[in-house]
Amino acid sequence: MLIYDALVAPFLEFEFMRRALAAIIALSLAGAPIGVFLMLRRMSLVGDAMAHAILPGAAIGFLLSGLNLFAMTTGGLIAGFTVAILAGLVSRSTGLKEDASLATFYLASLALGVSIVSLRGSNIDLLHVLFGNILAMDDQTLLVIAVNATITLIVLAVIYRPLVIESVDPLFLRTVSRAGAPAHLIFLALVVINLVNGFQALGTLLAVGLMILPAGIARFWSRDITGLICVAVLSALMSGYAGLVLSFQTRLPSGPAIILVAAGLYMASVLFGSVGGLVRQLFPARHLEA
Amino acid sequence: MPAQLTFRDVTLGYDRHPAVHHLSGEVAPGALLAVVGPNGAGKSTLFRGLVGIIKLLSGTIAFTGLNARDIAYLPQTAEIDRSFPISVFDLVGTGLWRTTGIFGGIGKGSRDKIAQALGSVGLTGFENRGIGTLSGGQMQRMLFARVLLQDAPLIVLDEPFNAIDARTIDDLLALCKRWHGEGRTVIAALHDMDLVRANFPETLLLAREPVAWDTTADVLTSENLAEARRMCEAFDDRAAACADTVRPSQAA
Repeated sequence: MLIYDALVAPFLEFEFMRRALAAIIALSLAGAPIGVFLMLRRMSLVGDAMAHAILPGAAIGFLLSGLNLFAMTTGGLIAGFTVAILAGLVSRSTGLKEDASLATFYLASLALGVSIVSLRGSNIDLLHVLFGNILAMDDQTLLVIAVNATITLIVLAVIYRPLVIESVDPLFLRTVSRAGAPAHLIFLALVVINLVNGFQALGTLLAVGLMILPAGIARFWSRDITGLICVAVLSALMSGYAGLVLSFQTRLPSGPAIILVAAGLYMASVLFGSVGGLVRQLFPARHLEA
Repeated sequence: MPAQLTFRDVTLGYDRHPAVHHLSGEVAPGALLAVVGPNGAGKSTLFRGLVGIIKLLSGTIAFTGLNARDIAYLPQTAEIDRSFPISVFDLVGTGLWRTTGIFGGIGKGSRDKIAQALGSVGLTGFENRGIGTLSGGQMQRMLFARVLLQDAPLIVLDEPFNAIDARTIDDLLALCKRWHGEGRTVIAALHDMDLVRANFPETLLLAREPVAWDTTADVLTSENLAEARRMCEAFDDRAAACADTVRPSQAA
């Protein structure tokens, strides 16, 4: 019964816990596959940069309509899309590396966001934007998250093949198809959608965590992309659920609790992962005949 | 027979400096053409211009009976991310893009084709290996298998035999001849003159400017080769604008 009380009862007793769990499931299903592609394309920190780029849009939405998540989401999407697409276009048309062009745009965006916020300072509410509050989900917010997650998965399925080829061999895709550039830009848009999605629950600073950490975990358990995506989604779900329980039992803030659990899983994977884990490397099995 | 490819006063380069200067000529359908020249002669640049990766500085390249998507292009250093978790089978399968596109399924017929292509390059049994586990020669074999699947009327190979052992070269060269026999046009940049003399009927000797373009025996003379070596390779930053350049916009 003790285990039941700790692991199941909170979700049966409290509606806010059920809502939080639903939100985490939606976020994990959509965000983790995006995170896998971010990792494979060596864009893990790009996701982090994008999370900062969202800030001015969210701040404008916040200033115009108060703590209305729908307005903040729309603002965040606009800001994120603008930065992502500008950076993508600049790197595509000038040959400047994507990280360099993105750094410029996201820093400008962040500066703009901070300036906007300072025009009307209300630090306490902004703390909510920065760290999120998954335990205070209303119906509307939950619906926005679910819709965004659904859109993400459908669009990802549509651009999957060109996106994979563009990640492995961009030059080849350029010689056989024009799908590379649109797939690339749509993917950046999906990154933004999922970051905005995540910041309602985890805040702008940690939103990228539920995308990148599961991808990092997956790298230690699978060698092919299907396996990577499955492991990433599973570990995101596990982190989310365990994080909520941890947060409920210890009164830790929920966002950091979820990311801390994911980080714990990551460390365990680094040590014990079946693909390149440290223990495997220290105690390798005997080499094969051929 | 009308030419499949027509170069008219083509100049290609970087930052306005020409890497290929005033090249004119024709490639007949089904030609087996070697492009030779010292490092920095503009071979790769010519190919990049041909497949549309870089823009022409001036002149035109005209295709007859095909468009730029009908070219199977194997770059000198493939920009393949070898750490990407994709199998040999899947990567070679991308060669079917022209028939599958974004959504087309890979059915039984396509799977057989992929298996056959892998067999043709001697990579049967490598289907499920990750591309990161291949050696340099195996990688090149895999890329040839993909070119094979692309089923293109024009095949452009940029120094395909660099750092490849003799047996692999023999196998891959046999594939080039098979393509030639099937009536495809094959253009390859090469450094091994003996290999060119033995296998390629037609040769373009390039040293930024075309030195000679004719049957291989007439092109690979010691005078021509010495001439090619003599031509300087470095950009001159103070070079004046080329006087007899026709801008693409003005070319009719």
